[in-house]
Amino acid sequence: MRGVDIAHRRGEGEQMRLAIPRGALFEGCLDLLDGAGFDTSELRSSSRSLIFDLGEVSIVTMRPSDVPTYVEAGAADLGITGKDVLDELSDLAVYELADLGFGRCRMVLAAITGDDSLERSARRLGFMRIATKYRRIAERYFESTGRQVEVIEVKGSVELAPLVGLADGIVDLVATGRTMRENGLEEREQISVCTARLIANRVAHKLRVDEIDGMVERLREASS
Amino acid sequence: MTHPIPQGARDILPDEMRELRRIESTLREIFASRGYGEVSTPAIEYDDVLSQGDEGAMDAAYRFFDASGELLALRTDMTIPIARLAADRLGEADLPHRLYYIGTAYRAVSARRGQLREFRQAGVELIGAEAPDGTAEVIDLLVAGLDEVGLNRAVVGLGDADLFRQLLAELGVEGKANDRILDRLAAHDLVAIEAEAGDLAGLGDDERQLIVQLSSLRGGADVLEKARAIGGVAVERATSRLAETYARLVEMGIADRVQLDLGLLRDLGYYTGAILEVYDPAVGQIIGGGGRYDALLGRFGRPLPAAGFALYIERVHIAQAEEERLARKRGAS
Repeated sequence: MRGVDIAHRRGEGEQMRLAIPRGALFEGCLDLLDGAGFDTSELRSSSRSLIFDLGEVSIVTMRPSDVPTYVEAGAADLGITGKDVLDELSDLAVYELADLGFGRCRMVLAAITGDDSLERSARRLGFMRIATKYRRIAERYFESTGRQVEVIEVKGSVELAPLVGLADGIVDLVATGRTMRENGLEEREQISVCTARLIANRVAHKLRVDEIDGMVERLREASS
Repeated sequence: MTHPIPQGARDILPDEMRELRRIESTLREIFASRGYGEVSTPAIEYDDVLSQGDEGAMDAAYRFFDASGELLALRTDMTIPIARLAADRLGEADLPHRLYYIGTAYRAVSARRGQLREFRQAGVELIGAEAPDGTAEVIDLLVAGLDEVGLNRAVVGLGDADLFRQLLAELGVEGKANDRILDRLAAHDLVAIEAEAGDLAGLGDDERQLIVQLSSLRGGADVLEKARAIGGVAVERATSRLAETYARLVEMGIADRVQLDLGLLRDLGYYTGAILEVYDPAVGQIIGGGGRYDALLGRFGRPLPAAGFALYIERVHIAQAEEERLARKRGAS
């Protein structure tokens, strides 16, 4: 019965559990764990397993946006995920302990290169239509800059939306900006810079002081 | 076809109700045995009266108008109504007042997993007893209550609500920046404090480091030594307050159930001095909270020092169930 006992709550004396995201930050997380002296070879070779026993800590892998959910509930004591995820799920109560530096991306407002439909919609219709996977980040950003928008939430390739007239612009995360440029979009405004963050469950942070602080220190050192 | 009820509200059926009532009667018994008397206040109050106690706490209130156009609010906790009750109705009674309650409160939170809009609390208010003795009495009763409901692994976090307020004043941080840092500290967003520009730009690197270091200090008595080594007037004051209370807890033999925590901040504005949070290792959520509120009674015209705690009954129940599950698992293996 290897790896199926995902107990949703933890007991003292149990192994620490660290949640890490599959996807863009996965490699960075493994490099970080290597640097902190963990053996990640099993994590690198097995793509199907969800839970990995590294001795003093067990690693659970999941979608990036699920990491704060598991950590808030205490199903994982610590987690690594992008600041974009934390900003989008800002009502989840987790402790943000360290900026791990890797996975640097930018949240931007983009629109079709040379096209003025953002401005035109704002002027003539009173609001801009913005497609995004990050509804709350987009809403907060435009509210804080005094502009009205209609946010259209999409799950897949956001770049498509302005190309076919679903939206005037998009709010999305870019690493190099290549995908965006290839689709004829250009960055208009930078909203924030996002890196990988180390988060902790509130109760674990209080009750497993030495283990958590030790782990934070190791990961911090490995990241600097 | 079913008939919906609002998210964050629940029907309770006999099996669960029996267990909730067992928790409540256990707590009722221990509170009463320590000389506390039960009080009850209305679930609906005038909005301006509750807001007089703590405006921030009322942010999450459900409000509505009655037939004559008065703005009413559902209570968001029990402490503010009981402060009002003590100020208005207990003027003749001997001090201190020892009061307990078991009741429901209401908060307009987004109803995510486990977030209740209507929730049950059981707690005490000790009004007219100063720190550190009053604080220690309340913590002692809290620990006894936790033991009685079977949560003998639960831990009480003890911090100081004034530490960062005074420290920031000492560092010359005022107004919006001050509020913002306290917000970030309550959320324990250390990255924002370490690195964020904007409102916090006035803060130097050393000062940021100092705040992060302090807010990460939690543990036994050695925490106070480590804090003192960091220095400053605000830290000295807070650590001496904590040391006095802790010394009482040591005398009472319950210090091993209490964790000193300089990073502890609660989101309610009425706390002064000692603040408390309750954790059980089997659950990821806080199962209770409290602290001193020496200025709250004064806002209702009867300045008196006070302290109290509330246990969140539904979460205590979850903790019981998890502790039992873990015990079974340990027994089986």
